[in-house]
Amino acid sequence: MCMRWTIPFALLLCSVLAHADQASVPDTLQQRIAACTTCHGVHGEGSSGSGFFPRLAGKPAGYLALQIQNFQRGVRKYAPMEYTVRLLTPEYMHEIAAYFAAQQVPYERKPVPALAPSMLQRGEQLVTAGDPARQVPPCQACHGKQLTGTEPSVPGLVGLPYDYISSQLGSWRTGTRASAAPDCMAQIANRLAPADITAVSAWLANQEVPADTHPQPAGSITPPLRCGVLQAQGDGA
Amino acid sequence: MKPLRWLWIPIVLLVIVLAGGWWLSQRHSPATASQEDPAIAAMLKDPGVIAKGRYLATAGDCGSCHTARAGHAYAGGRMLPTPFGNIPAPNITPDTQTGIGNWNFNDFWRALHDGIGRSGEPLYPAFSYTSFTNVTRDDAIAIFAYLRSLPPVHEANAALELRFPYNVRSTLAAWRAVYFKAGVYQPNASQSASWNRGAYLVQGLGHCNECHAARGAWGGLEARATLSGGQIPEQDWYAPDLSTKTNGGLQGWGRQDIIDVLKKGQSLKSAAVGPMADVVASSTQYLRDDDLQAIADYLLSLPARATPAPMPASFDSQSLIDRGNAVYTERCANCHGKDGAGVPGVYPPLDGNASVVEPTGINATRVVLLGGFPPVTVCNPRPYSMPPYAQQLSDADVAAVVTYIRHAWSNHASAVQERDVATYRHTPID
Repeated sequence: MCMRWTIPFALLLCSVLAHADQASVPDTLQQRIAACTTCHGVHGEGSSGSGFFPRLAGKPAGYLALQIQNFQRGVRKYAPMEYTVRLLTPEYMHEIAAYFAAQQVPYERKPVPALAPSMLQRGEQLVTAGDPARQVPPCQACHGKQLTGTEPSVPGLVGLPYDYISSQLGSWRTGTRASAAPDCMAQIANRLAPADITAVSAWLANQEVPADTHPQPAGSITPPLRCGVLQAQGDGA
Repeated sequence: MKPLRWLWIPIVLLVIVLAGGWWLSQRHSPATASQEDPAIAAMLKDPGVIAKGRYLATAGDCGSCHTARAGHAYAGGRMLPTPFGNIPAPNITPDTQTGIGNWNFNDFWRALHDGIGRSGEPLYPAFSYTSFTNVTRDDAIAIFAYLRSLPPVHEANAALELRFPYNVRSTLAAWRAVYFKAGVYQPNASQSASWNRGAYLVQGLGHCNECHAARGAWGGLEARATLSGGQIPEQDWYAPDLSTKTNGGLQGWGRQDIIDVLKKGQSLKSAAVGPMADVVASSTQYLRDDDLQAIADYLLSLPARATPAPMPASFDSQSLIDRGNAVYTERCANCHGKDGAGVPGVYPPLDGNASVVEPTGINATRVVLLGGFPPVTVCNPRPYSMPPYAQQLSDADVAAVVTYIRHAWSNHASAVQERDVATYRHTPID
């Protein structure tokens, strides 16, 4: 796939395609992005039933744009997503990211495996206090006190399905998901024990979603690790 | 293919002996920079020549192969899949160690025009010199000037991943004898300047035949099959017939329909899908209107080939069609219309669409499975998209709906079976 380099030759003149019967098709972004909403929901609510297609609604726009870009660059790997977004321009990508970031829809509870109380306790410990022995900081340090994320590029963790969280942590360990270097999430995922992934994913997926799901304001966190994505402030471009 | 591969070995051994000596005699040392002819050296520095070269390199879509995904432009690294193994596109930035920084124009001309590398080695025809040999010397100078003007990128070339015997370069001597004839495009005096320009772009720099024609067993283009359509090896897409043939060609297309697909990514007749969507996004959308018109003039002059009667289905396809009609009504008709006419400028028509009725059914099958966006272009920056149905429809339902649309309205193409859909269910990435 080619990298898109800007080639503004002489200004291109665009004639309009003949429009015979366009009135029947709504001129909205929602209508244009059926390729996205089929799996992620018209309002980015995620797929109902199993939790494989993640919720996009309300996630920081910078984070969403960065994920589309990571799929384009092959840093984040999932073939259907890589194919779908491969030709999006930065402008269209940002417009689509802003659409899903602005959606406010209720969360739907997804199935969580039944785990022993000690496992859930371990999950809670990792989220709220981390594990200094493993050099794992608490999730809350970056993803926010309420775990609703931090503007502009740290996603919320509440309201996500168990399947999705655990598969993302696994992807970071196997290198099928990555972010700008230094990739702090890859470091953290690799410091976790395999059972920790189950524990933290299940605890997070069990949490009630707070009334206010907005991400924390930008600049409200001090990252415990050096994170490329936070230094770049995740403008997704 | 298997028995054929064994037959190759004695031929290969003979060819190694004959061509090896010739090849060695042609080698010269690549270690040092070649001297440039002063007249050409002056042209290479001319901003006007460089700008022209930039346009021509875009028209030839050079960057598309010579740029790795998320890599530096023209620094190479993209692997081109072929039935014989993978071939990496090299770094063509002017880096002296890993790129073409030590090349002079004659080195470049030998590669582009003759398919011979700087050390005298025959190049693998994944580099489309079978088409690029048509490019004029002046245009080649401009392209070389543009490449020399790029920032050098130090990026070592990846190793060939070809299987034996294809990894023995001297076997190419036999291939070249069968499939390659060097020669700059010769204008046809009985045709207009625009037609000749179109033919030059299509046959030469645009290298359209490399996908839009059938390939023989050894991966060469059949000389008589110009623009007759062909399945793209390894990528599993079908590049349709570009003649004015009915049912699978450009029958009924006007000049503007061709221009719109190349410039905007979609027209009243069709939308670019698969690898052609990439070509539009990185190359043809930037072509000048006079060049697009020239291409349209040339293509519309190609006589219609006879349409072979569709193979009679080896099974009762009527029940498949009935089932497909039901799937179509539920999933597709809302956008593409009950009559398959689409919505002009928004959703492409399926009736008479060359990509729907191409001989294999691959394109329609894959588009149903993958959905996605048509090319996002300067002239169509926010295109409407299609849902992927891979998650929602079974192989049987996809086979049914594709068979239906290939059979409905004025379409008369063969049925697609469930096992075909299973074959094409995987998603391509590169």
